[in-house]
Amino acid sequence: MDSAALQGGFADPPVESARAFRAVLDAMARPGTIRRVTGAAPPAPLSVAAGVLLLVLTDRTTPVWLAPSHDHADVRDWIAFQTGAPIAAPGGAAFALGDWAGLRPPGRFPTGTPDYPDRSVTLIVEQTVLRAEGARLTGPGIAGPAALNLPETAAFAENRARFPLGFDCYFTAGERLAALPRSTRVEAG
Amino acid sequence: MYVAVKGGERAIDNAHAWLAEERRGDPAVPALGLDQIAGQLALAVNRVMAEGSLFDRGLAALAIKQARGDLIEAIFLIRAYRTTLPRFGASVPVDTAGMACIRRISATFKDAPGGQVLGPTFDYTHRLLDFALAAEGAVPEAPQAEPQPGPVPHVTGFLGRDGMIEPAESTGAEPRDLTREPLSLPADRALRLQALARGDEGFVLGLAYSTQRGYGRTHAFVGELRIGTVGVEIEIPELGFAVEIGEVELTECETVNQFKGSRTEPPQFTRGYGLTFGQTERKAIAMSLVDRALRWRELGEDDTGAPAQDEEFVLSHCDNIQATGFLEHIKLPHYVDFQSELELVRKLRAEAEQARAARKAAE
Amino acid sequence: MSIAETVATADRRARMGLLARAEPARLAALLGADLPEHVVLRAPEIGAVMVRGRVGGAGDAFNLGEMTVTRCSLRLASGVVGHAYVQGRDRDHARQAALVDALMQTGRSAEIEARVLAPLAAEETARRSARAARAAATKVEFFTMVRGED
Repeated sequence: MDSAALQGGFADPPVESARAFRAVLDAMARPGTIRRVTGAAPPAPLSVAAGVLLLVLTDRTTPVWLAPSHDHADVRDWIAFQTGAPIAAPGGAAFALGDWAGLRPPGRFPTGTPDYPDRSVTLIVEQTVLRAEGARLTGPGIAGPAALNLPETAAFAENRARFPLGFDCYFTAGERLAALPRSTRVEAG
Repeated sequence: MYVAVKGGERAIDNAHAWLAEERRGDPAVPALGLDQIAGQLALAVNRVMAEGSLFDRGLAALAIKQARGDLIEAIFLIRAYRTTLPRFGASVPVDTAGMACIRRISATFKDAPGGQVLGPTFDYTHRLLDFALAAEGAVPEAPQAEPQPGPVPHVTGFLGRDGMIEPAESTGAEPRDLTREPLSLPADRALRLQALARGDEGFVLGLAYSTQRGYGRTHAFVGELRIGTVGVEIEIPELGFAVEIGEVELTECETVNQFKGSRTEPPQFTRGYGLTFGQTERKAIAMSLVDRALRWRELGEDDTGAPAQDEEFVLSHCDNIQATGFLEHIKLPHYVDFQSELELVRKLRAEAEQARAARKAAE
Repeated sequence: MSIAETVATADRRARMGLLARAEPARLAALLGADLPEHVVLRAPEIGAVMVRGRVGGAGDAFNLGEMTVTRCSLRLASGVVGHAYVQGRDRDHARQAALVDALMQTGRSAEIEARVLAPLAAEETARRSARAARAAATKVEFFTMVRGED
């Protein structure tokens, strides 16, 4: 394994992972808000925020699928060393990472069952930029008007319609991340 | 309905303080060292490792000290502790054929290659209390002899060569893991073995004994019992190959049981298997008898209704932490539940009394 | 893999096993206090490995129970990376085993081999022999009784 895979994890795991997890939790609890996270230095083309998400949310029990844009040997090695997460096919993925073009259509990922709606995928959608403008978001955890530059609205509106089944998303750009749970209503802005 | 009851923090704190004092005992007497427990009460440590399902002698010794010698309490501590450990992976299955045996006996073959090696066994002691042990004393060095080279092959391999015993074949399937998912039935043999390996020694012993007394029709011979150390290997992704991470002491028991042939199979011996952490001989033998009893369905035998053949009965009740957890919970406050029971009994008695008085008036 | 690579891997596997089985205090004493400069890639971390057995000794794998393991990865100033996965909960043991693993990939390998690995191997062999010798002394010599008329 290349030396680059062995680096780029949290330098002080107990403290940094707790802080990062708090930010990640907060982002999902308040959909559309944009948070900054640090501590991961994954190989290209992963953003820092995507690296942080993998470090805090994945382990040996959470299979990960990489979209072609992100499926390189050094990315796989980094994930294997830092988290132990196995690489899986889309149908068995707990997490799927890539840009939106590579991740859609989201239908090939698990979206849960009526008894266990949580047995579904979490998408990590890499973007070039995150901005609080564009698609209009309303619903649980959103007090006032909220907006986020989602790559499209149709897929997320359809997802909301299937609640409680469906997928949940993190959007990442550089060190910034935002989240969209399946409970949020999405309309064109 | 559960109602939360609050109070008693001071009583609990004081109870814990007194517990610590009782645990320590007479301060004039030297405190127990963990090395003493691990070295001189090794078989207790073995049981705690086996049923705690965590091979770490230092932790087991500490748990025994903290539990004041109550081994199930110690096992509870170990089970709790292991939930704090991140799982790095699963080992390559251990190669018991390559075990460095300190003990290796067979009740079926007198002259198996490697011979009968008794090891540090209680088997031939006379079970008379030895009052000399009450005083500390130096022990003379045990005799030594020229060690034989090479590992010792399994006895069942010889039976297998002639097709006399059912083969042990691997499908390569990934085993289910009781530490990751709750027990769900039907259980396959791999899951049953995991449950029995961490099951209570007394319970498994009783069940095994029941199969010998006729509750179930297996008649077992100990084909081989071996105790010793094996290396444990794990694949390391960052290296791309497997490395040995240490050694564990294991007890392995293979029983040989008879099976009447069926329409398709000529008569063959069948197997029971027991494998446990540490030198835990009684448990390993008992485990292999219960394993065999639970295999009645896949071997086309009758369900005689024996408890040891009942998978749900055996697997649901063999875990002593689950068992004691539910058992001991009944001593915790159930005041409100009991109050409602009391009210109900009083009401029923009053109604019965009224009915009796009404009947009497009618006469 | 070439023959040389196969041998190198086999050597590395053997010494990593030896370091894992070593008494932590003994390894520390042999290695000494003068440790080379290094960057920690993964700080010594205590965890567990699920030990697996085989049904009937040769059949399907089953989960027997876990064992404590400590792992560590580090990089020497020269860029050489060392790894360790050692039984137990001793962080120093893991760090020192990783250091030796790294040093054995440098020009200091002969010195480390002689000063650290050879004594560990000799002591381990002696311990194993002593145990095997005691077991051998308990091997039963059967005397067959001939019964009946001669």
